[in-house]
Amino acid sequence: MSESLLINLSIIILFLPLLGFSIVVLLGKRFPKLYLLEVGILGIALLLSVALLLGKFTNYMTNDIVASFTWITMGNAPLVGSLNIELGIKIDNITAIMLVVVNLISFLVHVYSIEYMRGDKRYTRYFAYLGIFTFSMLGIVLTHNLLMMYIFWELVGVSSFLLIGFWFEKKSAADAAKKAFIVNRIGDIGMFIGILILFTHYKTFTFDLIFQQIADGNLPFGSDAWLTAAGILVFMGAVGKSAQFPLHVWLPDAMEGPTPVSALIHAATMVAAGVYLVVRIFVMLTADAMLVIAVVGAFTALVAATIALTQNDIKKVLAYSTVSQLGYMVMSLGVGAYAFAFFHLVTHAFFKACLFLGSGSVIHAMHHEQDIRNMGGLRKKMPITYYTFLVSTLAISGVPFFSGFLSKDGILAGTLAFGKLTGHWLIPLMAFTVAALTAFYMFRLVILTFHGKPKDHHKFEHAHESPFVMTAPLVLLAVLSIFIWYTPNPIAPDAGWFMKTWVKTPVQVTPLESRFNFMQPSREEAKVHGEVVHSVEYSEAIHWAHYPAMLLSLIVAGLGILIAFMFYQWKKLNADKLAVKLQLLYNFSLNKWYLDEAYDATAVHGTLGSSKMLAWFDNKIIDGIVNGSAWVTRFTSKLSGLFDTFVVDGLVNFSAFFSGFIGLSFKRLQTGKVQTYIVYVVFAVIFLLLFLKPF
Amino acid sequence: MLQVGLTHFLIISAVLFSLGIYGIVTRKNAVMVLMGIELVLNAANINFVAFSKFGNFGLGGQVIALFVIVLAAAEAAIALAIVLNIYKTFSNVNVDEIDHLKE
Repeated sequence: MSESLLINLSIIILFLPLLGFSIVVLLGKRFPKLYLLEVGILGIALLLSVALLLGKFTNYMTNDIVASFTWITMGNAPLVGSLNIELGIKIDNITAIMLVVVNLISFLVHVYSIEYMRGDKRYTRYFAYLGIFTFSMLGIVLTHNLLMMYIFWELVGVSSFLLIGFWFEKKSAADAAKKAFIVNRIGDIGMFIGILILFTHYKTFTFDLIFQQIADGNLPFGSDAWLTAAGILVFMGAVGKSAQFPLHVWLPDAMEGPTPVSALIHAATMVAAGVYLVVRIFVMLTADAMLVIAVVGAFTALVAATIALTQNDIKKVLAYSTVSQLGYMVMSLGVGAYAFAFFHLVTHAFFKACLFLGSGSVIHAMHHEQDIRNMGGLRKKMPITYYTFLVSTLAISGVPFFSGFLSKDGILAGTLAFGKLTGHWLIPLMAFTVAALTAFYMFRLVILTFHGKPKDHHKFEHAHESPFVMTAPLVLLAVLSIFIWYTPNPIAPDAGWFMKTWVKTPVQVTPLESRFNFMQPSREEAKVHGEVVHSVEYSEAIHWAHYPAMLLSLIVAGLGILIAFMFYQWKKLNADKLAVKLQLLYNFSLNKWYLDEAYDATAVHGTLGSSKMLAWFDNKIIDGIVNGSAWVTRFTSKLSGLFDTFVVDGLVNFSAFFSGFIGLSFKRLQTGKVQTYIVYVVFAVIFLLLFLKPF
Repeated sequence: MLQVGLTHFLIISAVLFSLGIYGIVTRKNAVMVLMGIELVLNAANINFVAFSKFGNFGLGGQVIALFVIVLAAAEAAIALAIVLNIYKTFSNVNVDEIDHLKE
C-alpha cells in the first residue's frame, strides 16, 4: 500500500460516519430502515481501518504518514508576519490502532443498539447521532494539528450532549447533558488558552512543527515556565473530557443516556480523547507539568475508586470505575509510562465497553432496573452476559491472563520506578490502593448482580438472556480482553508485539534542564539503539520495579477480590454493619465526597449569585442609565415639540392668517358682477390715460 | 356752411362710446349690455373710417371697419347663444344676479 492510498483510506474512514449521519438525519423520517445503512457504514469503516492498520504495520512500521494542506493563508499580516493555517492528517501507529479501536467499539455499539433501542420513538435519529459522534472522535484521532483537534474536540462535546440527553423528556437526562457540556467547557477554556499560547509563539498549530521548534530550543516566550503552563493548560482540556478530578462530576451523571451510549462515550471515545490528547502532547511536557498530571491522575483514580465502593446503581459503579481507570492512564502519562498509558487505553476500551454493554444487557433483561441491591442470581438466567462480564471484571481487576493485568501492571511498575527515581512515593501508594479498591468494587458488582439469590423475584422471573445481536458484541469484546491478542507471554507485556514494536515512547523535546533526570537519554544508549529515550537509570528502575509491581498488584487484586467474596458471597463479614460502624466514611463515599454539593454550593450558587448581582446591576444601573437617557431624550423632544408648536407653527399659521386677512380685505372688490369689473376697467384706462400721458 | 371735419366724427364717436359704456355698466338685462357693446364697437368703427378718410393711410381703416362689423356679427351670435344658455340655467338674463364666479 502506498502512502497516498493510506491517506485516502483514512479520509474515507473519517467521512463515512458523517455521510451516514447526513443521510440518516435527512431521510430517516421517511425511511425508518435507514439505521441499517448507518450500521453498515460503520462496518465498512471498521474493515477499512483494519486494512489501514495492516497497511501501516506491514509497510510503514516506523514512519509516520502525514498529509496536509494550507487552509487559510493570511499573507503578511502586520505585526505578525506570514501566517498559514494548515489542516492535515497524521497517521502513526497510535492513530492506526485508535482508528481500529474506535471503529470497532462504535460498530459493536451500533449492532448492540439495534436490539437495545428497539421501539424507541427516535430510533433512526439515535443512529444518526452515533454516526456524528463517531465522526468527531475519528477527527480527533486523525488530526495532525491542535486546531483540528480543538474543532473535533468540540464536535465530540456537542454530539455527546445530544447522546447523553437523548431521552431529554427526562429532566435528569436533560440536566446531565447540560452538565456534561458545561463542565467540559470549563476544561476547554484552559485547552484553548494553552493552544493560543503555543500558536501565538510558533504561528502554527501543527504538532510536529511546534515540537520541532521546542526541540531546537525555541521556547514559548523564551521561558520553560510558559512551556509548563501551555502543557498544563492543554492538559486541562483532557481534565474535562477525560473526567479528571475536579471536573469528573459530569461522567457519572452522563449515565442518564442510553446504556450503549455510555459504552461508546465512556469506554473508547470521548473520555479516551482526553488521554489521547495528552499522548499527543506528551513530548512537550516538562517535569513540572508531568508531575501535575501524575498527581491529578492518581488523585482522580483514588477519589473515583473510593466512591465506586458504595454506589448501588450498576451503571454508576461502572462510571466511577471508568473515572478511576482514566485517572490511571493520566497518572501513567504523568510518570512517563507513555506506552503503558496508551496500552491501558486500548485494553480498557475493550473491557469497559464489554462491562457497559453487559450492564445494558442486565438492565434490558430486568426491565430498566439499575439498582444492584434488587438483582442477584442472574448467572443462571443470563449465562453469556455473566461470563463475558466476568471476563471483563477479571481484566479490569488485574488478574493474570487478561489484558487489564498487562497494562495495569506496566502502569504500576512505572509508578514504582517513578517513586524510586523522584522520591514521590505517594503516587505508587495511591496507585496500588486503587488497584485493590478496583478489584473489590468490581467483584462486589459481579457478586451482587449475578451471584446469590434473586431479591426481586418478580423481575427475576421475567429476566431472560439477551438476543444474539446484543450478546455477540459482548462475546467479541470479552475475547479481546484476553492477553493473547497483545502478547504471547501473559506476564510480560514487554514481550508482546503491542509494546515491543507498535507503540514506542517518543523522544521528549523539552529542554534537558526542565525534564526529569530519568527522561534524558544517555548519550551512549541513544547511539546504539537510536530510539531509547530513557536513561539507563530509568531502564534499571523499570526493571527493578517489574517483579515487585507484579507481585504487589497480584496481592492487592487478590486481596480485593477475596474481601469482596468475604463480604458479599460467603457473608463472613457484614457490609451493612461495617457501613454503620464507619458511618462517616460510608456517607462520604456514598455521597461522592460531597463534590456535587460542594460545586452546587460554590460554582452553581456562585454563578447564580453573581448573575443575580449582575441582574440587579442591569436592572438598576444599566436600565437606570438607559431609562435616564430615554427620559432626557423625551424631555428635549418635548422642548423642541413646544418650540415647533409655538414658534414654527406660529410663523406658519401667522403667514396663513396674514394671507387670509389680505384676501378677506380685498374680497369685496370681487363682486362677481361683470359690470363692476367693466367699471374698474374703464376707470383704470382713464386713469392710465390721464396720469401716464402717453402722448 | 359748416365744414364737417374730423373733429365732428370724433365727437360723435366719443358720444356713441360713452353711451355704449353707460349702457354696458347700467343695464341689468344681458341683451341691453350686448347692445351697449355694439355701440362701443360702432364708435370704434366711426373712428377707423374717419381717420381713413381724413388721414393719409389709404383704405386700411375702412377695411378694418368691415372686419369689425363681421366680428361684431359673429360676436353677437355667440353672445346671444351664451345669453340663451344663461337663460336656460338661471331663468333670467339679469347680469346682476349671475354672480356665481364670486366664491
